[in-house]
Amino acid sequence: MRRFRLAVAQVAPALGDVDRNLTLHEKVAGEAISRSVNLLVFPELSLTGYFLKDQVPSVALRERAPALERLRNLSHRVAMVVGFVEEAPGHRFHNAAAYLEGGEIRHVHRKVYLPTYGIFDEQRYLAAGGRIRAFDTALGRMAILICEDVWHPAAAGLAAWDGAELILCPSASPGRGLGTAQPFQNAGTWERVIRTYGDLFTCFVVYANRVGYEDGACFWGGSEVVGPTGAPLGKARYLEEDLLVVDVDAGALRRARIANPLLRDERLDLTLRELERLLRAQSGAAEPAGA
Amino acid sequence: MDDLRLDCETVRRVLTGFIDNEVRKAGFARVVVGVSGGVDSALSTFLAAEALGPGNVCAILMPYRTSSPESLAHAELVVKTLGVHSLTVDITPMVDAYFAAFPDADHLRRGNKMARERMTILFDHSARLRGLVLGTSNKTELLLGYGTLYGDMASAINPLGDLYKTQVRQLARHVKVPAVIVEKQPSADLWAGQTDEAELGFTYEEVDRVLYLLVDQRYEVADLVAEGFDERFVRAVYHKVQASQYKRRLPVIAKVSARTIDRDFRYPRDWGR
Repeated sequence: MRRFRLAVAQVAPALGDVDRNLTLHEKVAGEAISRSVNLLVFPELSLTGYFLKDQVPSVALRERAPALERLRNLSHRVAMVVGFVEEAPGHRFHNAAAYLEGGEIRHVHRKVYLPTYGIFDEQRYLAAGGRIRAFDTALGRMAILICEDVWHPAAAGLAAWDGAELILCPSASPGRGLGTAQPFQNAGTWERVIRTYGDLFTCFVVYANRVGYEDGACFWGGSEVVGPTGAPLGKARYLEEDLLVVDVDAGALRRARIANPLLRDERLDLTLRELERLLRAQSGAAEPAGA
Repeated sequence: MDDLRLDCETVRRVLTGFIDNEVRKAGFARVVVGVSGGVDSALSTFLAAEALGPGNVCAILMPYRTSSPESLAHAELVVKTLGVHSLTVDITPMVDAYFAAFPDADHLRRGNKMARERMTILFDHSARLRGLVLGTSNKTELLLGYGTLYGDMASAINPLGDLYKTQVRQLARHVKVPAVIVEKQPSADLWAGQTDEAELGFTYEEVDRVLYLLVDQRYEVADLVAEGFDERFVRAVYHKVQASQYKRRLPVIAKVSARTIDRDFRYPRDWGR
């Protein structure tokens, strides 16, 4: 990777209004360009809003949709990660994030873990992705994990073992749980998780959360860039729109990996063998007795 | 075990942001709120005045002839402290005119009628002033069903519905609702001498703790008994929550079509906002 400037667009997308959100993306991208940002990361479903419910098919975009084309054109000037509902072949709808760079879609990540509990209902409306891959960009090797994906350590492990130097995490996290934690109980958990990932996977972690309200749920913001020692390098405000700009330094990654060669010592062969054993045991347990 | 303490400053920001956001998204700039003199409506009004500016809040005071003079004085104190617009509508003539035909109606019927009379006045002024009706029901009373369906439970947006009564008090102190309002015995003031806690048979501190564990922390009744809570009390609370479920939902619709409102026709409340 090279040294570059990244930014998180901590915005409040309008629910179900792709046109308004497209304008919002272009406006923030303009500001990022004026501040010499190389990569601008938007939150989860930034082009559509989050609690879409039955609007999902109405706001879905195919890869060649004009809205994405406008952003692709803009990506000649600043690389972007944007969130959208992707209509995939077979009319499957995915919660997706695209990495746009140099006028092209460099990578699309389809959210793998669709939360369907508590206030979440994603599996009712959306199809799950089936891949976690790192990918090369002009700025370095990256991976995208969308929101709930991050809460599955194996997903972050795969991204890191696939060589990601930066894990980009677009998110739409509604605040849950009052108490004395700032600003919500789940916000504290998020911060512990991403800092721990930075530390354990010796990579940059970019957490891009949104703000605003949908049906009374409050997205808490607090976007953060974590360095490869787990230390926060920059943090956006809670509960307010913000543009978090952070310079990331390839040297920091190198030094962290010299000091803590955890990735070098990773034992994928052992992990794979043990996973295969667990899979065999689980499928065996699912068979009826005496079969 | 977690407790009911709030980080009041965060909650204040979230709730004022909520009022501002929901009111503007719906295409409004103002709210209309019924102010009774109690802590719930006082807190809602304080939060709205902060979120929208006092000039965009209209407090409506709707006493009945048996309402305690103290309630009206406390409602006026809220208006004066904040500098919000206000209007007093005495509901005695309409309520008494109705019950002249039903003189044997009991406390409950009369109380419900008053609450619904007030609701019609609030929604009338909502149309007159182009302001959303701001709710004042807290989580404790919503869960216990201690409110009048289509009466005080009716509103367009409710900033307090996820705060227990004891949390309402904490936040009210934090935003400087006058102490005389925060510290007095809560009462629906539907008849002379009524207090919530006498009518319910327990204190808000006691019931909030049980509700918090049952609802927020997903304890089973048996878990609470094992923790040393009185089984009869826990079962009584559980029953109140269960028995009042209908008050927290839209009327149930007989399903016959392929796509039925709120069953498989599901859009966010903020659809198109």
